[in-house]
Amino acid sequence: MVAFVTAEVDLVVIGAGPAGMTAAATAAEHGLSVMLLDEQREPGGQIYRGIETVRDRRPADLAFLGPAYAHGATLADALRRARVDARFGATVWHIADPPKPPRGKRLVDPRRTVVFSREGDAAKLSARAVLVATGAMERPVPIPGWTLPGVMTVGAAQSVMKAAGIAPEGRLVLAGSGPLLLQFAAQCVAAEVPIAAIVDTAPGGALARAVWRLPAALPGWRTLLKGAALMRSLARSGVPVHRGAHDLVVEGEGRVERLSFSAGGGRHSLDADVVCLHEGVVPNTQMTRLVGAEHRWVPVQRCFAPTSDDWGETTAPGVYVAGDGGGILGAGAAERSGRITALAIAHRLGAIPEATRDLMAAPERDARFADAAVRPLLDAMYPPPDWLADMDDDAIVCRCEEVTAGALRQIAGLGCPGPNQAKAFLRAGMGPCQGRMCGLTVTEVMAKTLGRSPAEVGYYRIRPPTKPVTVGELAAIAEPAP
Amino acid sequence: MFRRLRDPGRRPIRLLVDGETVEAADGDTVAAALLVGGHAVARRSAVSASPRAPYCLMGVCFECLVEIDGEPSRQACLVPAREGMVVRTGR
Repeated sequence: MVAFVTAEVDLVVIGAGPAGMTAAATAAEHGLSVMLLDEQREPGGQIYRGIETVRDRRPADLAFLGPAYAHGATLADALRRARVDARFGATVWHIADPPKPPRGKRLVDPRRTVVFSREGDAAKLSARAVLVATGAMERPVPIPGWTLPGVMTVGAAQSVMKAAGIAPEGRLVLAGSGPLLLQFAAQCVAAEVPIAAIVDTAPGGALARAVWRLPAALPGWRTLLKGAALMRSLARSGVPVHRGAHDLVVEGEGRVERLSFSAGGGRHSLDADVVCLHEGVVPNTQMTRLVGAEHRWVPVQRCFAPTSDDWGETTAPGVYVAGDGGGILGAGAAERSGRITALAIAHRLGAIPEATRDLMAAPERDARFADAAVRPLLDAMYPPPDWLADMDDDAIVCRCEEVTAGALRQIAGLGCPGPNQAKAFLRAGMGPCQGRMCGLTVTEVMAKTLGRSPAEVGYYRIRPPTKPVTVGELAAIAEPAP
Repeated sequence: MFRRLRDPGRRPIRLLVDGETVEAADGDTVAAALLVGGHAVARRSAVSASPRAPYCLMGVCFECLVEIDGEPSRQACLVPAREGMVVRTGR
């Protein structure tokens, strides 16, 4: 085990998606020393996953991946040109609290320790500010049978199409609702990957609900036009669509064989070799929870997001958030938020005066307003599923420990007050994913049984390490006894 | 479970998965190589030993845990495949 390395930097940016890339480049531009860490091997996050590889080695694929994806190359180029120490394949697993000052005193320059591992070696950084730009993840969709091999998220299939140029074989069924599902469907059509069916779970009347949101969405007219074009190309493609689907069940022995669902008053069953699920994206709050930042429940999106001020600072001092990790607004808004928050950090650390910060942030705020303008419309058209607290008792909620919804309801009925106690009762949330796949569902199911709101019931407490580490990695960063 | 969309135009590499040779392309993650090589089942679940395959392919679901070059419980979706890698799944 290699001895740990300590470096002191002004800013650590965690995540090299759109927000992280622009934040790192912007902070460096204003003279801060910046380290950017991402566990992937190249920049891009999820939305621009593999962008450099595609551009350099498979440029023909850009034709079906679309121009929105190609834009990621611009951000990656700007990052590479900037004076940023970018480390890829780096997994952050702890962000420590700043040291407590002696009673009655304040720290002049509080620093936080950030710990990460790369290639099995652990390292500690000392940072004056930390920007969490770890983005979003797909909302877990705990339908019966979702743990069968061959069931995955739409994003999963899309990301390997981008990064490796591979696509599902056989009968592919896309089940769920939301822009990402439609975008991937269009990419499949363009790449000549046959889609056996789209099972659309958006409740009927989406357009009627959404139409009164249209005026407010107009500043994002470019996005609206792209969306309309996407829907037209899908309609022309001839892919069968089953609308108003509910009560989805995946069936099969040892792997996916069928997807059954109710729609149009009847029960249907489709043979399937791969089922891609999608019910929107939610902030990945693992890092912001780790530092103890306050989170708010977002009822319209049925998820938690870290509370932050106008500049992206969370309630954890020195910890900022930008991009979808702070609330789902999309890639365009994320790019702007990265720059806005980097300017705030540059000002806070004394690199630029307030007037410069405000002047440079202003056009980014305007652009972000336009980018974010479509969000309420999308939220109305593609609301979170209404059954998030109501799945069958035998549906697995915690995949790692195989805890069912019924088991959670039973312990809540016995007085177990929330997710953290559920850990002790059932081991829910105690598996390798540390609650990423089950957290929101456990909160919703227990809240419903307890007759309380998700905000009151809360969420798992997240403790370090946020990813599994070896004893060697822990030992490598231990301070020797004085 | 997955197929290559076209000739990858990248250096072909070979991995050993549960003793079988699997062909992949330089730049694939181990998870992508498993999916395209017919080894989608990565492990068996802890409680009921049910077969599990990758779900998120972005490092948050922890279903793709496999042993790579002797090191257990690696997230295959985050590890680039390399020529000669020895992968053992829990299938």
